Amino acid sequence: MGFIEQLINGLNLGSIYALMALGYTMVYGIAKMLNFAHGDIIMVGAYTLSLVMTNLGMPPVVAILASVIVCSVLGVTIEKIAYKPLRNASPLTVLITAIGVSYFLQSVALLIFGSNKRKVDSAITMSGIKIGGLELTGESIVTLGITILIMIGLTLFIKKTKIGKAMLAVSEDKGAAQLMGINVNQTISITFAIGSALAAVAGVLFVSSYGFVGPYTGSLPGIKAFVAAVLGGIGSIPGAMLGGILLGIIESLSKAYISTNLSDAIVFAVLIIVLLVKPSGLLGKIRMDKV
Amino acid sequence: MAMLKVENLEVCYGMIQAIKGISFEVNEGEVIALIGANGAGKTTILHTITGLLGAKAGSITFEGAELTKTPAHKIVSMGMAHVPEGRRIFQELTVLENLKLGAYTRSSKSEIEDTIQMVYSKFPRLKERKDQIAGTLSGGEQQMLAMGRALMSHPKIILMDEPSMGLSPLYVNEIFKIIEEISASGTTVLLVEQNAKKALSIANRAYVLETGKVVLEGDAKKLINDDSIKKAYLGE
Repeated sequence: MGFIEQLINGLNLGSIYALMALGYTMVYGIAKMLNFAHGDIIMVGAYTLSLVMTNLGMPPVVAILASVIVCSVLGVTIEKIAYKPLRNASPLTVLITAIGVSYFLQSVALLIFGSNKRKVDSAITMSGIKIGGLELTGESIVTLGITILIMIGLTLFIKKTKIGKAMLAVSEDKGAAQLMGINVNQTISITFAIGSALAAVAGVLFVSSYGFVGPYTGSLPGIKAFVAAVLGGIGSIPGAMLGGILLGIIESLSKAYISTNLSDAIVFAVLIIVLLVKPSGLLGKIRMDKV
Repeated sequence: MAMLKVENLEVCYGMIQAIKGISFEVNEGEVIALIGANGAGKTTILHTITGLLGAKAGSITFEGAELTKTPAHKIVSMGMAHVPEGRRIFQELTVLENLKLGAYTRSSKSEIEDTIQMVYSKFPRLKERKDQIAGTLSGGEQQMLAMGRALMSHPKIILMDEPSMGLSPLYVNEIFKIIEEISASGTTVLLVEQNAKKALSIANRAYVLETGKVVLEGDAKKLINDDSIKKAYLGE
């Protein structure tokens, strides 16, 4: 494969990381917590897709929708049961709870589906195209297209809608947001719903490209998406997009030109270097409070 | 009947009881000042009224409705706005976006637009800077924005917490002039201030607080001449 193909591979993978990183970053920005169960939502989304398509024989579009709905409901439910009672607890308590939720989801999947990976048919029926000597798979085209659409949609949603404005207000100052009449709990629920819906889409795209799902499918991509969010500046939506895409490209090019075994190490090394130079991440802001 | 009535209110921060049974009332159209030193519990009282803090005992009624059981986000639409201590404007949003968030509970676009114009006429500087990021405003301008944002909900009563804190004397005078204007336009004002002299000069009545209790109350014009007040709060 040539350089351009590797770059497209990287964009494809990076788009999936970016979609996942958006969920991490939105939840962090608004609820001020790291939802380490986010990666496992992707796994749930992937299983849902597979069950609805293979076992129920539904068309891919229905399966994708089912995935999005299941993940949104799951995300909101997790928030209500596990995180909401800890709204005023120390960040460490919330973090440990999130890790607990992550293991819980993995264990439930293990109980239901066993440890063997399940083969998933691609939900993307589009066939690939050839431009000159360049071959693009249907999955790459759809992944890139969907990611671009979601990013534009999300940016408009936050900038233009009332709920979006409420999210910005809550992310800056929960107390002041309440004084404006904003229902903070509801805003956090909506954030979890959107973040988990994005995770579902990421899950669908991920298994469509890779073809398998297992109980631990979401684990490593989840961590990489977290790295992407931190790389871009956690809490920043454009940062999550940039971080995700960069991470995908770095990973893909490292695999092609340096070493497959070292590619993950290189990804984390890049994170460490960026954080040493710019601790708030590429597009992160250090908030200065003026009193 | 009093518009806002606080009865035997007690509030705790963890183990510490910050408010130890306070009662006061605000009638429609009045400017009421709560004065007292740092730590007297003034801010705690306002936070409890607008639901940011829970009460341990006692009641707060606003136009007959019990506020201690009302969630914070529902209180604004009842007609009560709160300009919090430290202004707490949304630093990363523009001036106009801040104002629009102040009208979050209102739905009529044309009415919101009218209120924006009303706020601009009271604070011409906010109009000049409507597209500027709020965090880049000066302290006085941020205070104006916080007040303008509170007016955006079209409140019957407005609670102001230390509006003069950290401002230059010039701004302090301007802010107090605007509070008088707000009152003159028919909005009831509950004012918490450390600048007792200024607060008493524009208030109808005042309550003096010391470590979570009301120690003195009465007509503002009388309190301003009270010897113990002069000594303790007016530095005379």
